[in-house]
Amino acid sequence: MKVALFITCYNDTLFPATGKAVVEVLERLGHTVEFPVGQTCCGQMHWNTGYQDEALPLLERFVTQFEHCEAVVIPSSSCVAMMRDHYVLMAEKIGDPVLMERVKALLPRVWEFSEFLTKKLGLTDVGAYYPHRVTYHASCHGLRSLHLGDGPMSLLRSVKGIDLVEIANLERCCGFGGTFAVKNADVSSAMLAEKTLAILDTGAETCAAADNSCLMHIQGALHRQRTGVATMHLAEILAGTEETHQCSIHPKAIDGTGVRV
Amino acid sequence: MSRIPLDPRTAPSFQAAAKVSLQDTQLRKNVKHATEVIQAKRKKLVDEKKDWQELREAGRQIRAHSLAHLEIYLEEFERNFTSAGGVLHWARDAKEAQEIVVRLTKEIGADEVIKIKSMTTEEIQLNRALEAAGVKAYETDLAELIIQLGEDQPSHIVVPALHKNRAQIREIFMREMNLPNLGESPQDLADAARTFLREKFLRVKTGVSGANFLIAETGGICIVESEGNGRMCLTMPDTLIAVVGIEKVIPRFQDLEVMLQILARSATGERMNPYNSIWTGVHEGDGPKAMHVVLLDNARTDVLADSEGRQTLQCIRCAACLNACPVYRQTGGHAYGSVYAGPIGAILTPQMMGMEHAQSLPYASSLCGACYEVCPVKINIPEVLIHLRHKVVERSGWWAPEKVAMKAVAAVFRSEKRFRAAQRLGRMAEAPLVKKEKQVEGLVQLKGSETTTPGWIGWLPGLMGGWTDTRDLQAMPKETFRDWWEKR
Amino acid sequence: MSEARGAILDRIRAAKGASSTVSAAEAYAKISRTYLRGGQLDREGIVDLMEERLREYDAGVFRVAHDEAGAIVARVLQARGLSRVLVPAGLPAEWMRGCEFVVDAGFNAGQLDSFDGVLTTATVGIAETGTIVLQNAPGQGRRAITLVPDYQMCVLRVDDLVETVVEAMARLEKTKELATTFFSGPSATADIEMTRIKGVHGPRFVDVLLVG
Repeated sequence: MKVALFITCYNDTLFPATGKAVVEVLERLGHTVEFPVGQTCCGQMHWNTGYQDEALPLLERFVTQFEHCEAVVIPSSSCVAMMRDHYVLMAEKIGDPVLMERVKALLPRVWEFSEFLTKKLGLTDVGAYYPHRVTYHASCHGLRSLHLGDGPMSLLRSVKGIDLVEIANLERCCGFGGTFAVKNADVSSAMLAEKTLAILDTGAETCAAADNSCLMHIQGALHRQRTGVATMHLAEILAGTEETHQCSIHPKAIDGTGVRV
Repeated sequence: MSRIPLDPRTAPSFQAAAKVSLQDTQLRKNVKHATEVIQAKRKKLVDEKKDWQELREAGRQIRAHSLAHLEIYLEEFERNFTSAGGVLHWARDAKEAQEIVVRLTKEIGADEVIKIKSMTTEEIQLNRALEAAGVKAYETDLAELIIQLGEDQPSHIVVPALHKNRAQIREIFMREMNLPNLGESPQDLADAARTFLREKFLRVKTGVSGANFLIAETGGICIVESEGNGRMCLTMPDTLIAVVGIEKVIPRFQDLEVMLQILARSATGERMNPYNSIWTGVHEGDGPKAMHVVLLDNARTDVLADSEGRQTLQCIRCAACLNACPVYRQTGGHAYGSVYAGPIGAILTPQMMGMEHAQSLPYASSLCGACYEVCPVKINIPEVLIHLRHKVVERSGWWAPEKVAMKAVAAVFRSEKRFRAAQRLGRMAEAPLVKKEKQVEGLVQLKGSETTTPGWIGWLPGLMGGWTDTRDLQAMPKETFRDWWEKR
Repeated sequence: MSEARGAILDRIRAAKGASSTVSAAEAYAKISRTYLRGGQLDREGIVDLMEERLREYDAGVFRVAHDEAGAIVARVLQARGLSRVLVPAGLPAEWMRGCEFVVDAGFNAGQLDSFDGVLTTATVGIAETGTIVLQNAPGQGRRAITLVPDYQMCVLRVDDLVETVVEAMARLEKTKELATTFFSGPSATADIEMTRIKGVHGPRFVDVLLVG
C-alpha cells in the first residue's frame, strides 16, 4: 500500500525520530511511504485555544496536500482527533460545500499510527524487539476521541522481550492539554506530579504513548527530577528489531538521564 | 474561611485562584478523597446498569427536547401549576427574583425561613437579600449548614462542603452550636446537626427551595435529596417558595423514569437517593397552604440563544463532571470563582455573565473529555469550552501578546517555506538556552550523531516560562524530519 | 410581573430562532427510548431482590403471609419498644396490633413529634432500587406523618412490587397528581468526608413487611 505520512508540526520539529520510526515500521511491513512536502499543521493548537479564524486555512491546506492519498497515517492521536471531531464543523464555518465533500471523502482514509496497524492492517505483531520494562500512558484523545482501546497495548504486548507493566489510573489526564500546559502551568504541573508518581510506581525504564505531546510534558518532569526514566513514542518501540536494537546506555549521559542510543 | 469570594464579577482569574488552592494541602487531600469515593461508587453502579448508555441518550434527548420547546412547556407548567393552586412568578434576573422572594416573606410577615439546598438561590445570592430585609435564612442541608456556620462558600454542586474534613466541621459546630463536648465521629456531627435543625423544622413557618425538575404535564415539582431536610422544608411550613431556573422543566411525569435513574447514579453513586418528593401545587391538608414558584431567567435565555452553547442548559446538576475532572481534583471548587464550579461551571458561568467576566474559566481545562464521558445528559463540555475560548479570543484586542504570537504562528503554518524558516530560526533562538555540557576529562564525547539526545532547556522566557517552572524541555534536534526525509 | 413573563417568553422564542415545522408533541413522540422498560426476574426473584436492597439500607425486612401480617406487626413493634404509633385513615384493622394506634387527625408538628412511630402501606415498591413509594391515599396518608416520627413501618403487598423504575412510573401514572414520596432507605448524608451516615432527618429506623 502507498501510505502518506502526516508527521505533524511538532513531531517534525521536535521528534523526528518518531517519524523515522513510522517509516521504518511501514516499510518493514512492505508498504511505500510518501511525504507530501507542503504539509505543516492540522490547526489544533489554534482551534483549541480559540483562534478559529487562524485554524480554518490549515484545514484546506491539509485536504489539498493529502486528498490524493490512499491512506494517511499520523503518529499523533490528538491531531487525528482534531480532524475527526472538528474538521466537518470547520468546513461548515468556511461555508464551501465542495470543500465539505472533500473533507468528508478524505477523513475515512486518515488513521492514527497504532490504529492503522491494528484496525486497518489487522496486525498486532510487527516484528519488534525491545527488551526493557515499559509502561503505557493512554493519551486522552486516543482514549476518548479515537477509542483506541486495547490497540496500542496489544501492539506492545507482541513486542519480543518487552516487560510491560500497567500504570495505575490509566484514564487520568497527564495535564498537558496543549496551551493549557502553559496557560495553567500550576495545575498542569500538579496533574503531572500524579502521573509521574504513577509512572515511577511501575518501575519502568520507559514510558510509552501514542502521542509525543503528552510525552514531551511527561518527559519534562521525569528529566527535571532526574528520575532516569525515558519516554518513547510507541512507533519507536515498534521500529526496533533484534538486528538493530542496542541496549547500552552511552557514557555521554553525564546528567544522569537515560540516553537512548 | 474561603479566601476567594465566589462572585464571577470580582473573582480572580482561575490561574490566580488555583495558585492559592494548590497550596492548601488539607483541601487537596479532602477533594481527592471525596471525588475518588463518589467516582468509585458511580462506576460500580454504572457498570451494573446494562442500559446505561441508552438511558444517557434518552436523557440527552429529553433535555434537549425540553429546551427546543421551552416556552411551550413553561406555559403548560404554568397552566397546570396554577390550576392546582400554585402561584407562579417570573423573574428576569437575580435582582427581580430577590425582590419577589423578599416581598412574599414580607406579605406573610415572616422573619425567618428554612432553606433546602438550592444552587439557584446561591446563584442569585438570595440569603444576602433576605438578610438585608431582616429575614433570617437557615440552611438545613448539612453541607450548606457547615458552609453557613463556617462563613464559607460552596465548592461542589452536590457535596458543597467536600473541601472540609471532620476536624474542620467539628470546630465549626463546637463554636456555632455551643457544644464544647462534641464528639469526633461523623455520626456525632450528624447528630448535632439533627438536633440543631429539628427545632427549626418543627417551628419555622416559611420554606425556601429550588427544584430538580418541573413537570409540565402535571404542574408538578420534583425535589431529589438524601437527608430529609428537603422533605421537612417542603412539608411542614405553611408557605413554600421555590426559585427555579427556567431550564428545569421536563415534559411529562413519565420522563422522571429516565431522569431519576441517571441522576442518582451520577450524583451520589446510588441506585436511588433516599428521598424524592413530587407534588402538584397545593394539596388539601398535606403540606404548605401556599405554594410559590419563581421562574428565573438570569441570562439562561442568552445561553439558549447560542446554538453551540445551548446544550449547557441540559444540565441536571449531578456534578459527575466535577468528580471526574482531573483539574477540579487538584484545585477544588473555589478556584472557579463561582457557585458553579468544575467543568459545568467553566461553561455555565461565563455564558451567564455575558462573557464579560469569568473569561479564564473556559481555559481551566486540559480538554481531556472525562466530563463528557460521565455526563448523564451528554453535554459535550469540551466542545462548548472550545466554543467559549473562541468567544474570549474575539473579545481580546489585536495587541494582546498571545494573539500577536498566535497570528504569527498561523502565518508560519500557511507556508512551507515560512515553516522551514521558522524551524531554523527556532533552533537558533533557543541555542543560548540549551544547557551546555562541559568537557569532562576521562569521559568519551560523542560527535554530532543524530541519535544522541539534543540537550535540555531549563528556562524559557515570557509566555513560555510557565513550562520551565516545573519541567525541562528537550532542545530541538539538529535535523527535522523533513530534513532527514529529503536526504534519503 | 406579567411584564417579566412576557419578556422572558419573548426572549425564549427569539433565542430559538426559526421555529421548526415539527410540533412539540410530534418531536416528543420521536424521543428514542431504547432503555430497558421491563425487568427480567420472576415474582420470587423480585421479592428476593427487594429484600436484598432493603437489607443493604439496614431496614428490617419480614416476609409474611397475608393472615400473619397483624401478628408480625405486633411482634416487631413490641421488639422495637414502641407504644404509641400513628396511622393514616384506611389501614386494614387486622394490621393494627401490638400497641396503641392513633389515626391521624391533622396533628400539628409538636403532636406528630410525640408519636414513637408511624405505620402505613404503600402504592408500589421498586425492587431494583429498594424503593417504596407512598402517596396521599387511604392507608398511606399525608406526607408529614411519615416524616416527623423517628420510626417507620411499611406493610407492602408483594403484588405491589415491580422490578424496575420504569414499571413503577407506569403504575404511578394513574395517580401522578397526588403528593408522592419515594423512599429508598433511611435518611442519609455523605457530606462529612464521604462517610455515609444514616438518619439525619426523617425516620432513622425502618422496618418493611412484605406481605403475600
